[in-house]
Amino acid sequence: MNPWVVRLGATSASGASAVGGKAAGLGELIRAGMPVPPGYVVLAEAFGQTMAAVDPAGALVRSVADLGASDAAGIARVAAGVRERIRCWPLPEEVTAQIAAAHESLCSGTGSGSVSVSGSVSGSGAAAVPVAVRSSATMEDSAAASFAGLQDTYLAVRGTAAVLDSVRRCWASLYNDESVAYRRRLGLPEDGLAIGVVVQRMVRPRAAGVMFTRGPVTGDRSVVAIEGTWGLGSALVAGEVTPDRFTVSKVTGEITGRRVGAKLRLHSFGPNEPGITSCVMPASLRGRPCLTDDEARALSSVGRRVEEHYGVPQDIEWALLGDDPACPPMHGDPADRIRLLQSRPETVWAARSPGPVATPKPRASDHILAWLEKPL
Amino acid sequence: MDRFLLPSEIEDAPGAADWRSMYPYFTRFQPEDDQRFWFYNSMHFPEPMPAFDTITAEVPYSAIGANTARVFVFPTTLGIEHRIVNGRVYITAIPVLDPSEIGRRAAIFGERASYYYENWDSLYEGWKVRMRSLIDEISAITVPSLPEFEDASVVFSSTGVAQNHYLRENFHKCIDLFSKMWHHHTEMLMLGYGAYVVFFQFCRQAFPEISDQTAARMVAGIDVIMYRPDDELRGLARLAVEAGVDDLFTEGCSPGFVLAALASRGEGGKRWLAAFEEAREPWFNVSTGDGFYHHHRSWADDLTVPFTALPRYVAQVRSGSLGVRPTEELRAERERLSSAYRSLLSSAEEQAAFDQMLGLCRRVFPFVEDHKFYCEHWFTSQFFGKIREFGALLARFGVLAEAEDVFQLHHTEVDQALSDVMLAWAAGGPPLGGAHWQPIVSSRKRMLAALREWSPPPALGPVPEALNDPAVRMLWGVTQERIEAWLSPSSDEVRGFGASSGVVEGPARVLMDVNQIGEIRDGEILVCPVTAPSWAPVFGKIKAAVSDIGGSMSHAAIVAREYGLPAVVGTGDATKRIRTGQRIRVDGDRGTVQVLD
Repeated sequence: MNPWVVRLGATSASGASAVGGKAAGLGELIRAGMPVPPGYVVLAEAFGQTMAAVDPAGALVRSVADLGASDAAGIARVAAGVRERIRCWPLPEEVTAQIAAAHESLCSGTGSGSVSVSGSVSGSGAAAVPVAVRSSATMEDSAAASFAGLQDTYLAVRGTAAVLDSVRRCWASLYNDESVAYRRRLGLPEDGLAIGVVVQRMVRPRAAGVMFTRGPVTGDRSVVAIEGTWGLGSALVAGEVTPDRFTVSKVTGEITGRRVGAKLRLHSFGPNEPGITSCVMPASLRGRPCLTDDEARALSSVGRRVEEHYGVPQDIEWALLGDDPACPPMHGDPADRIRLLQSRPETVWAARSPGPVATPKPRASDHILAWLEKPL
Repeated sequence: MDRFLLPSEIEDAPGAADWRSMYPYFTRFQPEDDQRFWFYNSMHFPEPMPAFDTITAEVPYSAIGANTARVFVFPTTLGIEHRIVNGRVYITAIPVLDPSEIGRRAAIFGERASYYYENWDSLYEGWKVRMRSLIDEISAITVPSLPEFEDASVVFSSTGVAQNHYLRENFHKCIDLFSKMWHHHTEMLMLGYGAYVVFFQFCRQAFPEISDQTAARMVAGIDVIMYRPDDELRGLARLAVEAGVDDLFTEGCSPGFVLAALASRGEGGKRWLAAFEEAREPWFNVSTGDGFYHHHRSWADDLTVPFTALPRYVAQVRSGSLGVRPTEELRAERERLSSAYRSLLSSAEEQAAFDQMLGLCRRVFPFVEDHKFYCEHWFTSQFFGKIREFGALLARFGVLAEAEDVFQLHHTEVDQALSDVMLAWAAGGPPLGGAHWQPIVSSRKRMLAALREWSPPPALGPVPEALNDPAVRMLWGVTQERIEAWLSPSSDEVRGFGASSGVVEGPARVLMDVNQIGEIRDGEILVCPVTAPSWAPVFGKIKAAVSDIGGSMSHAAIVAREYGLPAVVGTGDATKRIRTGQRIRVDGDRGTVQVLD
């Protein structure tokens, strides 16, 4: 039997071509010992098999490839057709069975890693446990181009049937208008496109956000910049809040910058209903920092570990567990409550390569002579 | 607004219209000075200048300029000009802007400066010998007693010169030695700062978000002698317990009483007194200020400061909590920081350059940190002490009402008063100075009190187009950012330099003078004009420190970092805007102080 589904972090299928960029990145984080919520991956090959059935002669793909990058109307019309076909196509039985089994195992907490996702899991079983279903395209998250946010992610999905539907939607999102336009603009081939899908236990964060393991504005490699908001990080990614901003020195652990943002919206998900809700941030939380200094420091040291693992500065999505932002911070080591949702190489500063600030000189004092000869 | 008040627009402070009479003509603003940018040197001169104390501006600027412009021929800067208005010292640096002139100077500078850098350690050894001999010379100076009859030796050894001659000669010697001390001071200091500035600049380019204080921690000296006075006190506290005389050291004890009581406490008391005398010379020559005012007395002059710290140290010895400076840990921390930053650099080349610059900083650091003890503390305490002795003589002859009044006269005026006494002693009549100088002294004291109420603008003249002189930034903290803050001051926030990180809140204790040191209670935040090394003993008691003056390399900053206390220095006017008892929040990272009440 072909495996169509593997555990997130499994070594048997770990490359971006097999599982997609996001799943490959998360898998590597898990293997490096980082705290990542457990999950499974629907392999890119499952998408390939399905597409072979949906579009046996390749006519659909060709119709997309023929689109002009600036033909917005054409892209909208053709892409909608492709998406519709993918969404409606019945999944191969074997794939359905493997997803159902993996999902049952994930939700009962036996099959997919041991990192807990929440302080209190209410109920168990595949129907009750919320998961995130995330696209993992084989081209995304490369160091060269970000492809950020072009494919869909579904949060707080509950039950096997809903997961199966979300998987098809993720596949279809490879033909989102913006994705197609992006590929056409870069002149990327339409042949051999593939996409994996990551299904992870949903975390219920007290606060969440992103961090860069270098100064985003200055490029400084000695600091970690953390942005965060109360609740789900989707509010921050969607630009609905001005996040709190912390700057932590990698060397001294000192918090060298601290700015509290006006966090006006709160993203959360309920105990039963699918999807997330965006509501007005309670007034008591808006101007309150979403992290304590200890939490910011703990995040920065996790960020440093990830950076050390990859050897280059990272752009990381994080979540900090704990139920209710209105409650006081939880006791214990904040590091135990950190979960990483994504990490990819920082691309902006990596693309600039300034020369060395200084190079050695024959005598140490020559540095001073050189500086003093410059006019003020 | 694109300019500050012009020098010519400043009005005389109320009640001090005659302030010009206290200062020599060459310290006055000229009409053409309106065209230049000046800033108030609040770091060295936070108070209005008594007439004599202007020597601490005149002599250092004479020495700095000589060394930068004429001796070492710095390529881009000449010297510093100073002016006094309403008793306050304003300064401006004279830059060299013409590229060909810079090139011509650079060729000479390169040769001369590298000789010093390359031979730094041995030159510093020689420097210490020269400085010790200046200290010995000034200590040996005597003030003639001018008795009724000369000593017989003048006749029988046929020296041929009477004592009144030496009155002037010895006074001049004091002034001359003070001048030589400052020449030595600036001989190596400007070069030393050059090494710092270049390393700090490298750090800021490689790590744009690094703070000066973090860069400073990579350089920080461990075995610097400025820590010795405090270490000696800790040693004396330990000895007090060991010798069984610790019961005498109670909060608020009087130095005179304790010393007298020790003399009658047998062997233990004797041992302690012997150790005390040992520690006193030279370590109690530490000034309670920065050596720029005559009234900043040393521990040796006024034992209140050490005897305020001793009871607390004694209590800590008893409870086993008195630490020794954790030098090994400090050394390890310094290495950890520098190797961590080093490893974040982008290439081996950059790391090699970093090693060179850091290495040079560490080479110059002992001088940069220790010279203060030799110059501003040890020598200067002796210097003001001698001038005070001349003052006592003038008082004895009725020229002045009291010895301390000598500091109300400019050194050239003291010269005149001494001539008066020389003549009077020789002629046998009374000197004429009493009627002349005493009204002047009284009026000057009143003027100084009035000038104290005047708020000096932080800067004068047009806003400079570019102010990228890192030495000015480092020594005085004058940056473009700072100038903007001066132009639009914030009302509820006092801004300065974060000198030691951390954020705390607590009640303020505003102390204008180190003599009030006994008023500090545990957990208060010290707000003072300047935190000199002699304040170190109270650092164990307070939550944070805020000062009107000082930069990130100032001693207060170094000590605060060592004690792990948040500190904001160089605020300009914290002591004016904060009142004792107010709750304040000190942010040592951002360099701000907020009044919460």
